[in-house]
Amino acid sequence: MQISGAQMVIEAFIAEGVDTVFGYPGGAIMNVYDEIYKQDGFVHILNRHEQASIHAAEGYSKASGKVGVAMITSGPGFTNAVTGLADAYMDSIPLVVVSGQVPMSLIGTDGFQEIDAIGISRPCTKHNYLVTDAADLPRVLKEAFYIARTGRPGPVHVDIPKDVTAQIAEFDYSVDMQLETYKPHTKGNPRQIKKAMDAIANAKRPLFYLGGGIINSNAADEVRDFVHKTGIPAVETFMARGVLSFDDDLLVGMLGMHGSYASNMAMSETDLVIGLGARFDDRVTGKLSEFAKNADVIHVDIDPASISKLVNADYPIVGDLKSVVTDMLEQISKVDSDNYESWRETISNFAELHPLTYHEDTDRIKPQWVIERVGELLGSSANISTDVGQHQMWSAQFYPFSRPRQFISSGGLGTMGFGFPAAIGVKAADPERTSINFTGDGSILMNVQELMTAVEKKIPVINIILNNNFLGMVRQWQTLFYDKRHSETDLSVQPDFVKLSEAFGGIGYRVKTKEEFDAALKDAVEKNVVAFIEVIVERMENVMPMVPAGGSLFNMMLLEKKETK
Amino acid sequence: MIESNERRVVSVIVVNEASVLSRITNLFSGRGYNITSLTVAPIPDSKYSRLTIVTKGSIRVIEQITKQLHKLIPVLRVYEHEDMVEKEMAMIKIPMSENLSDINALCEAYNGKIVNAGENTIIAMVADEPKRVDNFLNAIKRYNPKEIVRSGAVALER
Repeated sequence: MQISGAQMVIEAFIAEGVDTVFGYPGGAIMNVYDEIYKQDGFVHILNRHEQASIHAAEGYSKASGKVGVAMITSGPGFTNAVTGLADAYMDSIPLVVVSGQVPMSLIGTDGFQEIDAIGISRPCTKHNYLVTDAADLPRVLKEAFYIARTGRPGPVHVDIPKDVTAQIAEFDYSVDMQLETYKPHTKGNPRQIKKAMDAIANAKRPLFYLGGGIINSNAADEVRDFVHKTGIPAVETFMARGVLSFDDDLLVGMLGMHGSYASNMAMSETDLVIGLGARFDDRVTGKLSEFAKNADVIHVDIDPASISKLVNADYPIVGDLKSVVTDMLEQISKVDSDNYESWRETISNFAELHPLTYHEDTDRIKPQWVIERVGELLGSSANISTDVGQHQMWSAQFYPFSRPRQFISSGGLGTMGFGFPAAIGVKAADPERTSINFTGDGSILMNVQELMTAVEKKIPVINIILNNNFLGMVRQWQTLFYDKRHSETDLSVQPDFVKLSEAFGGIGYRVKTKEEFDAALKDAVEKNVVAFIEVIVERMENVMPMVPAGGSLFNMMLLEKKETK
Repeated sequence: MIESNERRVVSVIVVNEASVLSRITNLFSGRGYNITSLTVAPIPDSKYSRLTIVTKGSIRVIEQITKQLHKLIPVLRVYEHEDMVEKEMAMIKIPMSENLSDINALCEAYNGKIVNAGENTIIAMVADEPKRVDNFLNAIKRYNPKEIVRSGAVALER
């Protein structure tokens, strides 16, 4: 059929099964917004800042497993969205982001709201397009969705000049994609898989190193099976929280800079790292030359460039995790779980020596308690988003995650302001579950305008603000490594968070005691409206254990031992 | 960590489309890789272009470069050359007052000749292995070259 470029965008979204689009209109994208007005195939959620639109699409994608979709205008609309694109790129989140561009005749003339959008998005997207002819749009949009969700997922940016959205051309979504140069490798090499399984069978102290790729590949069931059938202990990266349930006997914990003592020691003593969809990030490995020093490495990843990038892989396997792990499970009889009995014991001794815990030694509520308490009260019935900082690490450490896609956080880029809009996207994707955003008094102000989005669209996100009147994580580093010079991190001057929420039409609570917190959370869940729960927490609490940046994993700063809790 | 910083030649076959060259060069600058020279031209009777990139790096860096290039959507193939024939061209502008027959003899030793003669200057060209082009440019110095332009290397696997 002959339709306009703008209509093609709508038709392509509907053909792709898109039910929610996050965005913000503006001059160059108006033709498309005009078509959005006329259609009822999907819901459009108007965020109050383009960065928030991308984070909301990320949250939507992470909770649903589908491609997140966002739409923005040219110039400042696009540049506002760049942080979101970079965030999605770092965390391998499939997005299709459509931006308006000035008309073709104005490109290159420094026109109003013109910026070289694909020039800017190139290093922070998996791929991008500038569409110069409406006839290309069906193919480009189809490729964009395909590229975003296949292989190692990531954001794809499609920039469309205004006159192209008005141009009439033939729309046929069954058009062939022309991607002979893009063929992701999904099936693992059988010989490598056999070698890897032999290595597992011969190892004395093997350790699963589980990464976020497991969630992207929807392989958590297979991985759980693999772990349980082998009896090999597992550590999770920050991005993999929820792959194993918190109460799984074989889950040692999270590793890395704020990983548990047992996890980091297990990684330091293992003789075989079984890396599944993890990328040996510097926050995980600490000092590279000391990381898993005595171990061989099996590394399964869909992205060949992730393999042997930082840590040499002795058994590299390129492929989709679900497929590779399924193939590995066929050879599971080689592995005898009893062989690892003493290794499991060693690890449980580590855990007993320095368990992951905290001290309740002040009058104020400890932030970790809040996380644990929400876990006790809501458990798996809540999806947990976070912002970035101390509260984020405590969430990863102390929330009892029991399923994949339950934990939504900005891992690679570490974007403050991610949590609230992401939690809106999560709630849009999974309305049955409570959407919690753990945030800090610093982070929440970075996208606080999303109160309006959530109130307008009746998306009841509960923001739990752990307020320590500090930019806590930076303050922690200043305390530990900068001789307590708390440069520009004291946030003593603050808004009234309760009134702030109320000003937008949400509700707010300010709590100082555990009883007040329980009552506030219960009330907020029951009222089912947008809420801020501001919890006044201990100011100087540090995230522990901690591996100082560049240090070895086994050299952790640990919580002081005390007879409390 | 001391790693060898060897010269390597990588050829890349890409779909000949808008902004593909900037995808490649962005990748090099964004990840801190080195480009010594880069040549690009369309492959006849196809929709592809071939780039020849001379770079420097350890084996690990070259492996990453190859993998990261592969990850770019319009990249069809990446060759990291081990056993190759490599050629580069250079042109030099020399004052007419210099000894033209000496210059011509020198150029011929490097597969070249004088290709243009103007009122005040001549232009000579050579085409040879990059190392030999270096040598030629050293030798030609005594004839007071006004301008020198090198094409960058192209390479084919044997």
